[in-house]
Amino acid sequence: MVAVQCDRLVKKYDDVVAVDALSFSVDRGECFGLLGPNGAGKTTTIEILEGLLEPDAGDVQILGLRWRDHERELRQRLGVQLQETQLAEKLTVEETLRLFRSFYHRGRTIDELLRIVELESKRRSWVGKLSGGQKQRLAVACALAGDPDLLFLDEPTTGLDPQSRRQLWELLARFRTDGGTIVLTTHYMDEAETLCDRVAIVDHGKVIAQGSPRGLIDSLGAPRVVTHHGTLEDVFVALTGRHLREE
Amino acid sequence: MKSNARVIDRGGAHHPLIELAVARLREFVREPEALFWAFVFPILMSIALAIAFPGGGGKPAVVAIEPGAGSAAIRQTLSATPGITIRDVPPGGEERALRQGEVHLLIVPTDPPTYRFDAARDESRIARLLADDALKRAAGRADPFTAREQPVQIAGSRYVDWLIPGIVGMNIMGTSMWGIGFSVVQTRMRKLLKRLLASPMRKREYLLAQVGGRLVFLAPEAGVPLVFGAFVLGMPIQGSIATICIVCLVGALAFGGIGLLLASRARTFEAISGLMNLTMVPMWVLSGVFFSSANFPQPVQPIIQALPLTALIDALRDVVLEGAGVPGVSRELAVLAAWGVASFGIALRFFRWR
Repeated sequence: MVAVQCDRLVKKYDDVVAVDALSFSVDRGECFGLLGPNGAGKTTTIEILEGLLEPDAGDVQILGLRWRDHERELRQRLGVQLQETQLAEKLTVEETLRLFRSFYHRGRTIDELLRIVELESKRRSWVGKLSGGQKQRLAVACALAGDPDLLFLDEPTTGLDPQSRRQLWELLARFRTDGGTIVLTTHYMDEAETLCDRVAIVDHGKVIAQGSPRGLIDSLGAPRVVTHHGTLEDVFVALTGRHLREE
Repeated sequence: MKSNARVIDRGGAHHPLIELAVARLREFVREPEALFWAFVFPILMSIALAIAFPGGGGKPAVVAIEPGAGSAAIRQTLSATPGITIRDVPPGGEERALRQGEVHLLIVPTDPPTYRFDAARDESRIARLLADDALKRAAGRADPFTAREQPVQIAGSRYVDWLIPGIVGMNIMGTSMWGIGFSVVQTRMRKLLKRLLASPMRKREYLLAQVGGRLVFLAPEAGVPLVFGAFVLGMPIQGSIATICIVCLVGALAFGGIGLLLASRARTFEAISGLMNLTMVPMWVLSGVFFSSANFPQPVQPIIQALPLTALIDALRDVVLEGAGVPGVSRELAVLAAWGVASFGIALRFFRWR
């Protein structure tokens, strides 16, 4: 069963082509990663899939449905975490979850959600008082409120410390064990290698390579440096001559 | 829809409309500055009014006397006259004191005396009459008769009685619009509106909850100045409390809708502040908060009468001072309802969620 199917998506901003005839599909139960540097078009792509942006051309089907005809049903079945959202600082963790949970017609209880994201001890804390990792887990809990079939995550661990990242990865792994599908964007190759069954490497709005992380690394042939395991970074460098994160 | 056929399970949460309004309310009460404006400001305003308009008795006429021969006699006569206060002005400062309104009448002790005053000022004309009367009587004028006087005070006819409903209307407008405008823009700046858009939340319910969440504070915002006016300043309340509540409620809904409309596109606090001031300042002037809007020329009256603040204040004055019921203010209520519905509809259509 196909969870996400997109064909030749195009999105332009003025003269800039953010997404350039991009196609891929994601199976149910899979974790699929869009990997690429900042400005590659990952966020634009995932926001088109989330029904927040209209593509200029191309076709999108989510869970076999199209946004134009089934927006309300899709919203009930998807979980979304956006890159820049700051939740209301003066609501508590529990109040925030209660608000998001009220939008869904089915799903988990507030207590279950708190347990899943390990925020039970913070239930009465104001969101503004949480650490970065806790805020991010709360954002994921809001996305999980309706017990979604499909979870969209836009750079879920950007800016988090290593321990918080690992905690979030474990949480996402548990969601997958329960049969959930994940589409995420990241510019961390270790994140893609840890979480994703398959990745699409995106650059300048195009998919330049697609496959399992292992398969992509192996396709480079024997590692060029003996002491160094091949990574997705090597794949990106081999394909573009640039590094993923240019800082 | 398939989802309507199923039993809806919200996992212990209430209807989204309630949860959204409660969330809005919680954010508001956790913001100390916002509470200050909603509760303390109306009280301060009312206290200022009480000081400016103490109950009973008119203001005394303030008279200055230029030094010279005969000024002592004039001073003696006037200081014994009720309703006149003599103010000593440093020599050479008389003209200035007159210009600034510190004294209402300047008497030059010529023979007969010379009165210098601004005939365009009511208080100066009154001071002239009082002083002239006292001086002539002292000079030996015989009064043909002394009329019997029956001083009456008509409750509800004082300026302060007229002013308080205006303050209440202004307060409802200000708090409804600022409360909604700033919160919406802040939520937009935090990209939280976009996140809500990505959830199954209904847009209409979000906007309704913004307006509804504010109504809880209507009671103190409108009630404090009214109660203060009634019990401290002795303003009579002729109409029924229920009618006052209806007028305030419809007014708050109308301005809530206008607040949403102004906030529907704004992306920064600067933008929303500018729009709010652009909308509210003309109404403070035109809608008769501090002085009657009847002072404006006839051609602009249709515009003034169509303004929501004019409708709210006129309705409040009719109910509080004249005892009008709902039918008596139906035109004003219709104007307010039209503003509320139209601006809500336009806001829903053009709202920027990203």
